[in-house]
Amino acid sequence: MGENISNTSKSKKPFNLLSWLKSGKGQRATIIILFMAVPLFLLLTFTYVPFAKMVQFSFYKMKYTGPRTFVGLDNYVDVFKRDDCFRALWLSLYYMGGAFLQLALALYFATLLSFKVKGGNFFKGAMFFPYLVCGIAVGFIFKFFYTRGFVLDTVLSWLGFNLENLPYWLKDTKINNFSLAASSIWRYMGQSMVLFIGAIMSVDSELYEASSLDGANKWHQFKFIILPSIKTIVVLNLILSITGALSAFEPPYVITNGTLGTATYFWVMNKVAHTNQKVGLASAMAIVLLAIIFIATMIQKFVMLKVLNDDNDSVSKKTHRKLAKRNGGVA
Amino acid sequence: MYFSLIVGAFISVLPVASCVITAFKTDDEYYNTNVMQLPKNWLNFDNFIAVFKNADMLLAFKNSAIILVFVLLGSILFGTMLAYVLNRFKFLGNGLIRNLFLFATLIPGIATQVTVYQIMYSVGLVDKLVGYMILMMGTDIISIYIFLQFFENIPVSIDESAIIDGASYYGVFFKILFPLLKPAIVTCMILKGVGTYNEYYMANLYLQSKDKLVTVATSLYKFTGPVGSQYNLICAGVLITMAPAFLIFIFCQKQIYSGLTNGSVKG
Repeated sequence: MGENISNTSKSKKPFNLLSWLKSGKGQRATIIILFMAVPLFLLLTFTYVPFAKMVQFSFYKMKYTGPRTFVGLDNYVDVFKRDDCFRALWLSLYYMGGAFLQLALALYFATLLSFKVKGGNFFKGAMFFPYLVCGIAVGFIFKFFYTRGFVLDTVLSWLGFNLENLPYWLKDTKINNFSLAASSIWRYMGQSMVLFIGAIMSVDSELYEASSLDGANKWHQFKFIILPSIKTIVVLNLILSITGALSAFEPPYVITNGTLGTATYFWVMNKVAHTNQKVGLASAMAIVLLAIIFIATMIQKFVMLKVLNDDNDSVSKKTHRKLAKRNGGVA
Repeated sequence: MYFSLIVGAFISVLPVASCVITAFKTDDEYYNTNVMQLPKNWLNFDNFIAVFKNADMLLAFKNSAIILVFVLLGSILFGTMLAYVLNRFKFLGNGLIRNLFLFATLIPGIATQVTVYQIMYSVGLVDKLVGYMILMMGTDIISIYIFLQFFENIPVSIDESAIIDGASYYGVFFKILFPLLKPAIVTCMILKGVGTYNEYYMANLYLQSKDKLVTVATSLYKFTGPVGSQYNLICAGVLITMAPAFLIFIFCQKQIYSGLTNGSVKG
């Protein structure tokens, strides 16, 4: 019996790797493994392994090479105790303020441009192009732009401002962070605008017709039709820009080199990591930032869920009301 | 309404326009006239030529071109392959892998550079073009999502009928699906291309021999040194680096806009 079974199983399944590979199942398995190997390897080595190492390093006092000492939570305490780190977190508020302004402007221009406008493509292009300029070029452009007596001062003097009364845009510590945040607005406003235009375009145009029959003006259309239907993407961008504000880096890096109180969190982290080589402290800084971003994202998820639910309700209710009104009007 | 549009466009164009004006000025003009005064000779290309020589722009463009070719090839190929497998096959871990990629978007690139640098250093890939290119390929999650979305709109029946006709999965992917993905590939190439071309932070960190491994973005940083206030040269440099992006923008406006919009919808 035993012999028999082993015999049959042998003759039934003469396992041949080559023919298995050629069979449908084998091909499926190999293609799954083969096609995913490289992207997964890259993802793990450049995102997850560094992340795990960062957590580990944050408990050590160490440089890139040489001995390490375990210091427990000291690095984290340092993040909140060191003046430069903690102060830098507050600096993000300038960039967050900038981000809000940027989104408001983007929403305004997107609404204008999604209706038929003469030269609309030109305006859209002009406002979008800064997004395609490399960060360091943006830095140079604005260093030049803000220099005493240069572009901004000249234009303001055309408008009747007296040069003597104008501040030093980059040197005055009360103003320079506004100047830097403004360069960020300049760079990213067009991108948000294009995203918003895309969202507005997907709104059913029948709604506009229906509403204008009802005598709604542009503002009503914006408030009751456009805004509710693009709420999701606005909220999404709001959260993204908070993340962006927390990780602002290029403006101080190129324009002011982090001097005169413009060092953002990432700028400090970059210096701690690569100039001072305090790898442990820099890792702790990164973890703290990630934690903040993570919390912000959780809040986003929560808010989005709420907004989305509200959204569906209000849109459907309003449409129904509108349609009912329209039908009623016709009848 | 037009007033606000004009003001908006003016503010957007002004910084770049002032750069154009300054880039055409001779040293003498630059020091003695106001920045907004137009140059006497619009055909004065001396600054551009000087920058091209001093900042090693030719080498920079060559390096950037090499990087672009390999990074685009790599990220498009790997991105489409991954999206194909994730979209067409059900297997254990499919959802997990999708989530791994999704979660990775939350981690800002610069934050992990502290330890990525350490890893790259230990495998000897710092200060090598190859190392930088591998890094740039590995961080492309947006295009994976664009591809995933695109695959969802290609009916599975196309795959099935090809398989019945005797094609292998590889044949289905490379001969049938890959060509169908063309619009998505163009979108990703533009977005990823502009992003790679403009990438500065990692290029600066990983390509340390600035005399040999300079890219277009890092070449500009030379201007922070001795010529730090000679803005007629700097502006010329800025305009040179901007030119390719500007051309792409002029010719591919539609694709860029739709690419951005599509890429953002899925969050």
